[in-house]
Amino acid sequence: MRANAKPIGGRLLTPSYKVILLIAAIGVATIIWRFAAGLGATTALSDGYPWGLWIAFDVVVGTALACGGYAIAILLYVFNRGQYHPLIRPAILTSALGYSLAGLAVAIDVGRPWLLWKVPVMIWRWNVNSVLLEVAVCIMAYVVVLWIELTPALLDRWSQSGQEQLRRRAERIRPSLDRALIWITALGILLPTMHQSSLGTLMLLSGPKLNAIWNTPFLPMLFLITSVCMGYAAVVFETTFSSLAFGLPKDLRILGSIQRVAAIGAAVVVGFRFVDLGLRGVMGQVFQLDLPAILFWIENVLFVLPVLMVAQKRVVSLGSLFRSAVLLALGGTLYRFDTFLVGFNPGRGWHYFPSVPEILVSVGLVAVELAAYIAIVKTFPILSGVRETSPTAVD
Amino acid sequence: MASDRRALLKGLAAAAAAAALPAVPALARQTPSAPSDAVGLLYDATRCIGCRACVVACKEANDLPADTTTYGDGLYDAPAGLNERTKTVIQLYKEGNEQSFVKKQCMHCIDPACAAGCMLGALKKREHGIVSWDASRCVGCRYCQTACPFGVPQFEWSKKAPKIVKCELCRDRLAEGKQPACTDVCPRQAVIFGKREDLLAEAHRRLASEPDQYVKTVYGEHELGGTQVLYLSHVPFEKLGFRFDSTDAVPKVQHLIQHGVYQGFLVPAALYAVLGTVVFRNRGKGSVDGSLTDEEK
Repeated sequence: MRANAKPIGGRLLTPSYKVILLIAAIGVATIIWRFAAGLGATTALSDGYPWGLWIAFDVVVGTALACGGYAIAILLYVFNRGQYHPLIRPAILTSALGYSLAGLAVAIDVGRPWLLWKVPVMIWRWNVNSVLLEVAVCIMAYVVVLWIELTPALLDRWSQSGQEQLRRRAERIRPSLDRALIWITALGILLPTMHQSSLGTLMLLSGPKLNAIWNTPFLPMLFLITSVCMGYAAVVFETTFSSLAFGLPKDLRILGSIQRVAAIGAAVVVGFRFVDLGLRGVMGQVFQLDLPAILFWIENVLFVLPVLMVAQKRVVSLGSLFRSAVLLALGGTLYRFDTFLVGFNPGRGWHYFPSVPEILVSVGLVAVELAAYIAIVKTFPILSGVRETSPTAVD
Repeated sequence: MASDRRALLKGLAAAAAAAALPAVPALARQTPSAPSDAVGLLYDATRCIGCRACVVACKEANDLPADTTTYGDGLYDAPAGLNERTKTVIQLYKEGNEQSFVKKQCMHCIDPACAAGCMLGALKKREHGIVSWDASRCVGCRYCQTACPFGVPQFEWSKKAPKIVKCELCRDRLAEGKQPACTDVCPRQAVIFGKREDLLAEAHRRLASEPDQYVKTVYGEHELGGTQVLYLSHVPFEKLGFRFDSTDAVPKVQHLIQHGVYQGFLVPAALYAVLGTVVFRNRGKGSVDGSLTDEEK
């Protein structure tokens, strides 16, 4: 399988790639402006809403959508389903990019980023009760793990490069890397299990400020399950994208079974949430006609629709797979936005809607990720099923 | 081998379940109580005349700039609420004939949510139980603001090297043997400084001697796990902006879960060992080196 992964090749600077680069450049320029002018001048954040789009979207949603590597690794390495192997490398790449950019978003969001180095280094100052510390250290470690997990792609490129020196260096490194990768891979499953659940635990510290609909001690479990669902959805996106953009063959059967796993997760989440609301005696809250209740129902519809599509076996074409993946990803995204922003009530008089610079940075970071993904799959052996003859580069 | 794997997967499922589920009650931590040397404030709304001498004195003592934004013409230092230039503020509640002033500043919680979340302990209960801020440990993540149930920590949004701004009970003045600036200048002794236990006794004495004057609660005695700043009032506390009256400390639920799962790091370590073993065993059977297993062919 590994031998099947090949660089896509072809011209990089296509017209549509230039558009992506332009959006990324606007984002980077806005980031520079943020550091020059400060957070107050560039964001809509306030003492009531200290966390906004960058935390809710780039970090909390972004890392969940970057859980493809985690989700596929569970199937592949824990449940030993070898048929998912072609998906792992592109999934790990998207995860590595998504998590790296989430880390960058944190550095943009915090007010005193020049002290961030202290978080992983000053262990003797760690507040071991801080869930945020656990999330931060876990995510930093996972970014390192993900890039290590990608090194075989680099070695493969060296081996395929035709340069004797590089090939020999690759062969020298490979045996020890393969041995280490077992433990790295296990870490690559442990770390997301920890921090994706803890991202939910995070908001429990808002205590009474968090709306009862989302304020459940099971928040970590719900965040964990939905992150895996979102990871599978992201894998379906990615496969759809590479099949459209690079004309790669797609294995609908594999994607369909991934979608089934994700649908089971979504069904569990929906069912569990109603039981939980009932047990906590706050079911009445979702039958009020207010924004939180309406958004709660939209979340559930977004989760239930893909479950129904899978149950009725309507997920057979790439199009319907894609649609159900979009619904799942939107459901998980809305659930996270609601937990971090809509369900968060700092009291009277506070409002938040992201500013234009905040949106430009978030969109720009997605563009950076997309640009990096395309550049890497064209240069390194990531995607499987690449034909021997160089494919026509589609934009 | 198949049964081995099944057993392993079972162990894995159990470990994962333990990691994802909230802690068992047996792991419940002890509810913290106020440190023995805890000091605080007692604010009596029935005595306050709203002169705002405390607000001005606080700004002087803490070297804070005037907040002239409320009226826009730069004339009055009149903050509407706590902000990056204001560590204490007097607000007015008025509805019909009922009115009351209320002083806001850090409550110095016995179990502060801000400190519970703070990664490097920038916000922490230090001497006398005062929740104080250490610039060298703060990355500016603002989790404290997300966590505080009283909306106390303020962030210097206008600065490029922003700090967290909050009342530290004039700890520098305390070190010099003085009392906090706000209690020092209060002409009516509406706000007084002292040891928490003394203030609590005084509050109950006032409640007992003039029961018709007050709502029958000392806010902060038990609310949100108890605070070192205590309040007496003639109007219900929720009208003065105290939104919550639960007696549970804010960090309680999060602590239960986090400690249940991560106590001694045993569950993650066990999960890692199981994962490592599973991946190790599956290696060579197909998935890790990429070829298909027999059953999957």
